[in-house]
Amino acid sequence: MIILIAFSVGNGSKDVFLKEGFFNFLTGTHWNSVEGRESYGALPYIIGTLISSSLAISIGVPISFGIAIFLSEMAPSKVSTPLSYIVELLAAVPSIIYGLWALFVFRFWVRDLIEQPLHNAFGGTIQFFAKTPFGLDIFTAGIVLAIMIIPIVSSISREVLKSVPNSQREAAYSLGATRWETVKIAVFPYARSGLLGAAILGLGRAIGETILVTMIIGNTMGIAAIPNSLFSQSQSLASLIANEFNEASSNLQLSALIGLGAVLLILTMGINIGARLLVSRMVKISGGIRE
Amino acid sequence: MSGSARNYNNKQRIHGIMIKQAFKRKMVDKIVSVLAILCVLAAIIPLGSILLEVIKNGASAISLDLLTQPPGAIGSTISGGIAPAIQGTLIVIGLASLIGVPVGILAGIYLSEFASDKELFPSAVRLFNDVLTGLPSVVIGIVGYITIVLTIGSFSVLAGAFSLSIIMIPIVVRITEETLKIVPNSIREAGHSLGIPKWKITLFIVLKSAKSGVLTGIILSISRIAGETAPLIMTILGTSLFFTSFVKPIDALPLRIWRLASQPYESAHSQGWGAALILIVIVVVLSMLLRLLAQRKGFHIKAVHV
Repeated sequence: MIILIAFSVGNGSKDVFLKEGFFNFLTGTHWNSVEGRESYGALPYIIGTLISSSLAISIGVPISFGIAIFLSEMAPSKVSTPLSYIVELLAAVPSIIYGLWALFVFRFWVRDLIEQPLHNAFGGTIQFFAKTPFGLDIFTAGIVLAIMIIPIVSSISREVLKSVPNSQREAAYSLGATRWETVKIAVFPYARSGLLGAAILGLGRAIGETILVTMIIGNTMGIAAIPNSLFSQSQSLASLIANEFNEASSNLQLSALIGLGAVLLILTMGINIGARLLVSRMVKISGGIRE
Repeated sequence: MSGSARNYNNKQRIHGIMIKQAFKRKMVDKIVSVLAILCVLAAIIPLGSILLEVIKNGASAISLDLLTQPPGAIGSTISGGIAPAIQGTLIVIGLASLIGVPVGILAGIYLSEFASDKELFPSAVRLFNDVLTGLPSVVIGIVGYITIVLTIGSFSVLAGAFSLSIIMIPIVVRITEETLKIVPNSIREAGHSLGIPKWKITLFIVLKSAKSGVLTGIILSISRIAGETAPLIMTILGTSLFFTSFVKPIDALPLRIWRLASQPYESAHSQGWGAALILIVIVVVLSMLLRLLAQRKGFHIKAVHV
């Protein structure tokens, strides 16, 4: 199956790689589908993808870890059981619904409560906040992606923290450590690679997410899609594919879009294999100790 | 004399430092606890708002017309409904399950019952299966487009079902394998001691005792594909007509929500919320079912986060 996927994506994107050259395709910034002046470069969209998803994990992952610590270490089971049930339920909410909500509700919150004050305070001095906030931009996309990955990342890290044997905690408590110190010196080191794996899985999710990003990232093209501030409109690999796939006018454009898919495929495959290796190492360690 | 006094002073100082430190450590502990609770709140507020908005806006949009009529012309006063989308979602999910469930279960059986851990092939299958789970759905949509749409020559139900089944298979395989591994060996041995052939033991004894776990996997994968949008854009395209043929385009709920949300009309938006509510109800009912099944057998769902 995976061979089929690799083959069909590779075959479909052959055209554009032949025309543009592999590295030109990766580093080009023009995206022009007008017949005769066609040129395709994926750099802005790769950057857009990376920025929006790194925003997502830098917001989402700490919060998820906080939730996981709360659920597995602090909360009494009366609180943690229903809460983890809710979290898992939310992991099942389709991303299109996050997108709908972000488009009609959340972007106004972000614009009025976060972006406008930031813009007013620092807009004159720091380039980062210079653009007049609009609500549909890379910052909103990052936040909504963060909200989307929180349920997944926090439920995996909760599982990981739960797999830490209790003897670790008891040892720390017996030395007189407080609860936080226990988590810091006994639980975290033990669960480190598993937590890292959870974070990377979240990153993979954020990079591959399509429809949500398409709805809120603003969909700019070409050189303009390289964001010059936190509040610029941008474009990600997946959202460009979703936007143009049905309107592709020539075979070359189609092939360029499939080329974007190939880039995305390589990116997420690398991330996922890395994450699985980390998590499986963690599981092996804990399994070895349990036996 | 002076020495013991100094000693006493030292002790007191150390004691003071320890008290201060203990205080500091307790404060840090408190602060971290508060931070953790804040994290939970920070996650609950937007998520709660999503559900609230969907229910509030969706409930006012739902009507008999919405559920039974095809969509009206864009921007016209007759807004129509989303019936073809509901029908399409059900058809595509059904077809995808028809492809995905047997393949997934058989592969899971192979991995758990027939493959040995030392061989290369099963572990390669496992690795690829895991990788497949993590692939972005948009890439899978492209595959569906290339393999089916280009071959048949038109956007079609089949292509959509094929793409969704690719998303579905890894989940089913994984959970089937995990569940079958939980089935105690004594059950298999009992079968063998009666001289029953292995395939019969696997199908009628092992699989039967793992039924609820396997069902869990199937429901989980269905609720996952019910909300997929990206692969459908490239495979079933979306239309405003009812189902006519397996090789024609069809509509689906996520796709319809996407299209409605990008129209500049109030009525379209409200229909979008209605469609979102229906979709969420489908997904939530499925995962409730999953919970019930999981609890009944005391089977703990783990390693199912995909």
